[in-house]
Parts: sequence; C-alpha cells; structure tokens
Amino acid sequence: MSQSFYFFSLAPWVVFFPVIGLLFNMFFGGWILEKSPHGEKIVGWIASIAAGLSFVVAVLLGVSLLSQPDGQIVALAEWIAIGDLNIQWAFQVDTLSVTMMLVVAGVGTLIHIYSIGYMHEDVRHHHDISRYRRFFVFMNLFIAMMMILVSSNNYLMLFVGWEGVGLCSYLLIGFWYDKGKDGIGNSIAAKKAFVVNRIGDFGFLLASFIVFWAFGTFEFTSIFEQAPEVAAAYPAVLVAITVFMLIGVTGKSAQLPLYVWLPDAMAGPTPVSALIHAATMVTAGVYLIARSYAIYSLVPFSQNLVTLVGAVTALFAATIAVGQFDIKKVLAYSTVSQLGFMVAAVGMGAVVAGKFHLVTHAVFKALLFLSAGSVIQGVERGHHYAEHHSNHNKTENQARDFEKDLDPQDMRNMGGIKDRMKITFWVFLSGALALSGIPVFAGFWSKDEILAEARELNTTAYILLSLAALLTAFYITRQVLLVFFGKPRSVAAEHAQESPPIMTVPLIILASLSAIGGILNLPHIHTFTHWLEHTFGHIHAGEFVISVAAISTGLGLIGIFLSWLIYNPQRYERFFATPPAKRPDDPLRRIIGPLFEASNNKWWVDELYAAIIVNPYKKLAKFLAMNVDWKFWHDWFHDKVLVGGFNRFADFLTIKIDLGVIDATANGLGDLTKKVAASLRKIQTGYVRNYALSIFLGMVIILGYLIFR
Amino acid sequence: MLPIQYFLGLSIILFTIGTLGVLIRRNAIIIFMSVELMLNSANLAFVAFSHMHQVLNGQVFVFFTMAVAAAEVGVGLALIVSIFKAKQSINIDDINNLRG
Repeated sequence: MSQSFYFFSLAPWVVFFPVIGLLFNMFFGGWILEKSPHGEKIVGWIASIAAGLSFVVAVLLGVSLLSQPDGQIVALAEWIAIGDLNIQWAFQVDTLSVTMMLVVAGVGTLIHIYSIGYMHEDVRHHHDISRYRRFFVFMNLFIAMMMILVSSNNYLMLFVGWEGVGLCSYLLIGFWYDKGKDGIGNSIAAKKAFVVNRIGDFGFLLASFIVFWAFGTFEFTSIFEQAPEVAAAYPAVLVAITVFMLIGVTGKSAQLPLYVWLPDAMAGPTPVSALIHAATMVTAGVYLIARSYAIYSLVPFSQNLVTLVGAVTALFAATIAVGQFDIKKVLAYSTVSQLGFMVAAVGMGAVVAGKFHLVTHAVFKALLFLSAGSVIQGVERGHHYAEHHSNHNKTENQARDFEKDLDPQDMRNMGGIKDRMKITFWVFLSGALALSGIPVFAGFWSKDEILAEARELNTTAYILLSLAALLTAFYITRQVLLVFFGKPRSVAAEHAQESPPIMTVPLIILASLSAIGGILNLPHIHTFTHWLEHTFGHIHAGEFVISVAAISTGLGLIGIFLSWLIYNPQRYERFFATPPAKRPDDPLRRIIGPLFEASNNKWWVDELYAAIIVNPYKKLAKFLAMNVDWKFWHDWFHDKVLVGGFNRFADFLTIKIDLGVIDATANGLGDLTKKVAASLRKIQTGYVRNYALSIFLGMVIILGYLIFR
Repeated sequence: MLPIQYFLGLSIILFTIGTLGVLIRRNAIIIFMSVELMLNSANLAFVAFSHMHQVLNGQVFVFFTMAVAAAEVGVGLALIVSIFKAKQSINIDDINNLRG
C-alpha cells in the first residue's frame, strides 16, 4: 500500500523522460549520427526508450491506482502566483488521465520503434542523416506535450500541452517541407493545420477565460465541485463555457466544421499520421470533453450539440472516405469519422463508451496507418527495384516511362500486395476488421457500446452513427480489396517487398491488441467502466444489447458485402483492363455517379471554405495591406503627415530658429566685435607721444577726480 | 627762509617743461632728459616738503628716486643704442611699429 502510494510521485516523469530523450538527441544526436555507423539505430532507440520509460511510469501509476483508485494530485512546482491566484504545475493522477497516458506512451513507443525502420528510408532517399535526429526530437517533444495535456490538473496547464501538441503537429506535418505541390504543398498543409487549430484554440481560450471568471480558479477539482451551484445561478455561463470548449474540440479533434486540416495533415511522415493524427493528439478533444464531463452533464443543450456535431461528422467524413484513392486519405477521413463517434459518445454522456472507443481506435488506427506506411514503402521499394531493373532493358524502360512519377500512395497503383507483404496484409486486415466492427475484434465492442448508448440516449445520433458504421465497413473493405487483392496493377506493386522486422514487430503487437482489445470492457464485466468510475463518479454502464450488436454487425457485414460486390478482384480486374479513357476512375462512379464525384471532391468543402472564408479573408487582408496599411498609413499618414510634418517643423527650426536666431546672434556678436575693434584700432597710432599724452591725461583725470570729488 | 610756494612753483615749472618736452620733442635723448627733469621736479617738491615738516622721509625718498632714475637711464640709454643700431635714427616718430 505504502509502496504503491510512492509511485504517484513518479507522475512528473511521464513528461521528464521524453524531455530527457529529446534533449539528449538534440545535443548529442548529430554527433552520434556522424560518428557511429549505427547512429540511426542509437538515436531512434534513445527516443523509443524515452517513450518506453514514460510508458513504464504510466504502468506504475496504473498499478498504484489499482490499490488507491481515487488517485492523487502530484504538485511539482508553483507556476503562476499573482495575489490570490496560485496556479500550480501539478499532475492529476486518476483513472482517466492514466488511461490516456497508457495509450499515448504505449502506442507512442511502438510507433517510435516502427519509425526507426520507417525513417531509415527517408534518410536513404534524401541523403541527409540529420533529418533523423530532427524527426525523433519532434516525436519525443510531442509525447512530452501530450503527457502535459492529459496529466494536468487545471485548464491552463492543459492549454500548454494543447498548444504544444499543436506545435509538434505543425512541425511534423511540415517535416518534408520541401515536398508536395509546387515544392511548398507540405508547408501549406502544415500552415493550414496550424491556422485551423488556432481557430479552435481561440474557442478553448475563451472557455478557459469564462471558467476563470465564473469559478475563480483553473483547477478541475474545485471547478467541478462548484459547477452545480454556478449552473443553478448562471445557466448561460455554463452554456458559453461548453460551447466555446466545443469549438476548441472541433479544431483539435477534427470535427465539423474545423476538420479540414486533418486530411491535409497526411503530408507528414506516416508514423506521424499514426501517432499524432490518428491515435493521440486528435483525441485530445475527446479527452477534454470527458474531463469536463461534470460541466457538460449540467448543460443538456451543449450535450446535444456535441453529440450532433460528432454524429454528423462521423457520417460526413465516412461518405468522403468512400471516394478517396490515396491510401492515407481514406484513413484520414476514417479517423475524422471515428473521432465523430467518440465525440458523439462523450457528448451524450456515454463517457466510458467514448473513452473505450478512444483506446481501441488508438490501437487499430495506429495499426492501419503504420501498415499503410509499410505498404507505401513496400511499393516504393518495388518501384526502385523496377527502375533499377529496367535500366538494363531499354524497351521495357520505354514501356514503363509512365511509372517514373508513380504515386506510391495511390491505391489504383497497388493490388496483389497480399502475396508480397504477408505480414503487412494480415495486420492490416486485423485493423480493418476492428474498424468495421466485426465481432471479437476490439472495434466491435467499443463501437457497439457507443451505438447501444446512443439508441438509448439520442436516436438521431444513433441513426447517423449506424449509417456511418455501414459506410466504414464499406470503405475499409474497398481499401483492403484495392490494395491487397487482385493482380498487381503496376510494376512497383508487382515488386513490392516486405518491410524489415523493426517495422513489422510493432505492427504485430498492435494487431494482436486490436484483435483482443475488447477484453478491456466486455459486457457484464465492465472492467473499464469500473476503472473510470473512480474519476467520473457513478456512471451509467453501457449495457450490451443484443439487438444493437446484431444490427451493427449486420450493417458492417452489409458494408463488406456491398464492397465485395463492387470491388471483388475479378470484377475490378475486368474493370481495370478497359483502357482508362473508356471507363470512370472507380467502379462506384458507374453506380452512384454524382455522389461519387462529390465524395471524391470531399463535398467541395475546401472550395466552399475558400469561397466564403479564405478568399474574402485574403481579399480583406489585401485591402487592409494595400489600402489601409500602405496607402493610408504608409503613404498618407506616415509619409505625408508624420514625415511631412516633421520636415516642415525641422525646416522651421533650421531656417527660422537656428539660422534666424541662434546663428544671427552668434554672427552678430562677431560682427559687432569686429566693428568696434576696427574703430578702436585707429587709436593705436604707434606714436610714443600719443601714449604719453593719454597717460598724462589719464593721470590728470584721476588726480582731478581724487582732488575734486 | 623762503616760503614753500616758491619751491613748489619751481617744481611745477620744471615738471611742466619736462612734460611738454616729453610730449613735443622727437629726439629720444631729449625726451629722456625731459623725463629726468620731471623726476627732479618731483624730487624738489619732496625735499621742500621734507624741510618744511622737518622729517627726513622726503629726503630718503629722493635718494630712492635718484637711484631708480640712474637705473632707468642705464636701461633707457641701452635701448636707445640698440634702436639706433636697428633704425639708424633716434627720432621716435620713426618708431611706430605698434601702430594698429
């Protein structure tokens, strides 16, 4: 007992370990990479071990919580002390935060290890080994920031982590900053993520301000204690807090209407997409709502709003995922959709279901992304092999010219990878089954719990989410079929090679977890529910409803079946055999036509935003820059008024005051002296008798004065 | 005994002649002589008053004056000699180098 108590004080180390790792790599990484032939492995393993130690600490905290389930607040340092305001840098160790820590550090460590293999290819392609260090420094920084986010005991410290992960996201999306469209496409994607997140952060900041105004503190515990009183006294305040917080959530967790940055964020390296843009950072919003559950549960209006946003996002993103050809874009929209599930769940009060799905999704979506990364590199390797091979054979070379600029992420260039990358195929399949919610796999239990809760709590959300579940099964089956089945549709795919063990081992671990992750919260046992109860108080445990399970499984199977009908290998091969000019780009286009066009173009949301927000904003900015700033402030106010006025004043000072008064005085004195001197010099005749006479007269005058006075 | 006025009258006459000599004459030596004349007129006045008051201060002062005058003559004549060497003239109107 006393020993487990001791572990709580280790809480700050979940942040310290990654920070130590990143500092070490920052200062010595370059040297190690230069000196050691195994530099890459050393740097990568240092980062992985830092993340791994963080995971160990999280496990120890979890173990401590088993005996002391109420947790503890571990104060580290005083942060801000102004008058009565005293904000501590303190770690809240409770079941909710430790769950997040376990996910972040656990999945994070596996992704770090995977990255050692994945980023080796990057170094090989760019011939610049220092990129390796940069990558792992950012990754460790991300883990540290995410840990701050999930472990803080107040909204202000949470905000530090919130911004920190946003920064890491920006840095890592722009990791290949010189690539992408026109050589700056990736930088633009990074900027977009940053700016869109800033809109969300503005909401979060406003929410924090109102929280402080209403409660006089940032600390969770006292806020949640006071929440019922404040809700009774000023209901509008809580509505404002929750709605502004929702804006923050839509930014960070990529919900409507701020989800647009996440698909573009796929410009980053795939491990980044897996870690930041699927498993952890984007779930920060879900965590925030779950953490603020005590506030949300008092405001039914906001709960409904959150649920609706989540559910609509889930369906909306799923429809887009159907029409994508980029292997990572499908997963990106799938992530948006799954985040919608979680947000809807925590919105309607099914916190446990939402968190449960967060955990399982972190595992299986990280798995899907990482195996997609494995596929991409496999295809790239095949591409290089083919290129190298064709150099010996001129005629083949000409035939394969079109392959020069092959897009290794386009699923249309894949096919048949099942036989070439067996491990990757099986792990991807495990993730796909979990995502489609096929029984026994982790995703089934968590998604089913959300659907069961939704049927009870919010029928609209239930219908939307069920449709989304159907589409989910459809698009992920389409992806599996297009990527892994059939015959290779390009030389690169034909020569695809399996990834090294350093990448496949983490994949296998994640695959097993996503297969058996459901044991975390099996119906009637409710391990996870009881675990989280210590944080949320008594919560409604999602009951396993056999009809809901049957319906959702049925929907999943229908999705898979429909997908199989359209994309089964024989059919798709026949379709693909037709020359590209005589067929649409996807068999689905024949069936639903314009709807596929809409899905493929992401419902033109980016264009819509460009038309109603971005372009007018740019125009306004241009107007402000050209007219207000340049013409008014610069040309008129600055040049005419300030500079002109100053010049005139200076002219006045120079000509009138300086020349007219000061110089004139000085010169006049000189002239006067000269004139007086000129008249006086006439006295100086040089004749002795004149001087004698003057002396004589002077004597006479002085004596006369002395005598006659 | 002659009244003091006679002595003083002679003294004034001598002083006036000396002054006029200094102011009017151009020969440096003459001017020098005139200066000596003025000094001696003053000496006469000293002696006269000394005698009248029966104190020796005036007489002592005369000795001082004569000694100083002798020194002055020494310096003055030397000056005149070197002026003459430079200018071949002792006409003081030729020596107007200080004219402004």
